[in-house]
Amino acid sequence: METGVFSQSRAAIKERTLRTDRWWLQPAITFGVLFSFVIYATFRAFENKYYFAEPLVSPFYSPCLSSSCIEGSSLLGQPFNNKYFGIGISPSLFILIFPLGFRMTCYYYRKAYYRAFWMSPPACAVAEPHSKYTGETRAPLILQNGHRWFFYAGLVFNVLLSIDAVLAFKNAEGEWGHMSVGTLVLLNNAVLLWLYSLSCHTCRHTLGGRLRHFSKHPVRYKLWSWVSVLNHKHPTFAWISLFGVAFADIYIRAVASGAWTNFYFF
Amino acid sequence: MARKLKLRIWRGDADNGGLQDVVVDANEGEVVLDVIHRVQATQMGDLAVRWNCKAGKCGSCSMEINGKPRLACMTQVAAYGDDETITVTPLRAFPVIKDLVTDVSFNYKKAMEIPAYEHPTELKPGEARMAQIDVERSQEFRKCIECFLCQDTCHVIRDHEENKKSFAGPRFFIRIAELDMHPLDRLRNRKRTAQEEHGLGMCNITKCCTEVCPEHIRITDNAIIPMKERVVDNKYDPIRWLGSKIRKREGME
Repeated sequence: METGVFSQSRAAIKERTLRTDRWWLQPAITFGVLFSFVIYATFRAFENKYYFAEPLVSPFYSPCLSSSCIEGSSLLGQPFNNKYFGIGISPSLFILIFPLGFRMTCYYYRKAYYRAFWMSPPACAVAEPHSKYTGETRAPLILQNGHRWFFYAGLVFNVLLSIDAVLAFKNAEGEWGHMSVGTLVLLNNAVLLWLYSLSCHTCRHTLGGRLRHFSKHPVRYKLWSWVSVLNHKHPTFAWISLFGVAFADIYIRAVASGAWTNFYFF
Repeated sequence: MARKLKLRIWRGDADNGGLQDVVVDANEGEVVLDVIHRVQATQMGDLAVRWNCKAGKCGSCSMEINGKPRLACMTQVAAYGDDETITVTPLRAFPVIKDLVTDVSFNYKKAMEIPAYEHPTELKPGEARMAQIDVERSQEFRKCIECFLCQDTCHVIRDHEENKKSFAGPRFFIRIAELDMHPLDRLRNRKRTAQEEHGLGMCNITKCCTEVCPEHIRITDNAIIPMKERVVDNKYDPIRWLGSKIRKREGME
């Protein structure tokens, strides 16, 4: 039996949508960009080289926690072995679950990939191709409720990547007081990640959104108000911070592989 | 200056129906509802269309124009090109009654399922006080004109008739959010019932409700997601859960 817009009681219209605009363009672009990022990130996560060019560490590998990490690249030591059960593991694989989980469970990205990848729905008022729908009420999608845990982990990563940006004020010999294009790249990455995290809906809720009485918590209300301003731009920050991470990695890979020289301003 | 406007209007009832082409004069500054009325007056005397205020405030003339849920009284004819045919259909999430009129009683049933505001028993009439910053938050939700465009576009029920039993829809999530954010409302189980009885977990935040809202209420960002986060507080955050058990203060903030 037909359901949805083709249900018997609804107006008999055979088209899935009567929209005449290019409704397919946005999900197509989203699909293309996110899919490209996933392919590139997967390649880099397994590549296990060209992630460190003193003092620059790729955000895909920071903090580098494995015993196979290149000397000088480990901010928090090397608590993990480079092999488990005889299988070599890239240092990136120990950490990527956290930023990946943060973005996968992000309220904005959920909208983006539910539309672009799962077509649920592909666009507003365009009938989806699925015969059943349970939303985020059962596994695995009920795990989306774990977003705040990834948010907390994401904040820790932001601190670490900010430290990486500060360390980038050293030169290749480890002396402070220098600045290169790589420094700007990592600073840009850190700033964008902070904007993305602080504009997050969970951040907004944690700082003040959960309150019933704003008037009894003026400081939290003020913080909520500020984050609400950022929250308007959350989708923008989600995209540009994604590009920022990818760009930082591409730049450091180019420097580490010798394809590019990190230019020092002073 | 008048122009000849090509319209395709869905005509029929629950048993059958289809799109009918018509050409009608449209004057400068007119909205789609104006030309529908002209069609009704000159060519289709029995065309059924629901309307009332013609000012975007009553929410009656909801329909789908070129496939998009819109208020016909707020849709300028000039927004469409001279050669463009404008297709007008009834809302596709609800049972059709006749032509452009649908049965939206689903929404009234859902409204009745949401418990009303409960005033604090210790406050006598006239004693309740609220600060402006607490009022402002829910005032956004009070702008709702109940046009049900958000309900119409929500794929949870638009594309899955069977979900209507368990899903209240975005219009009622803003109602629940308004009450749950109300500093004086005594009912403390709205988070639980939102998830377990009104189907909040079925929403996958694709934001179509926000996109079609003629009052520009940020339904997803300001009501649905905050309610989802409140549910997480209660149900999926062990630290918050433990704190609420020890201090016995669910929703007391």
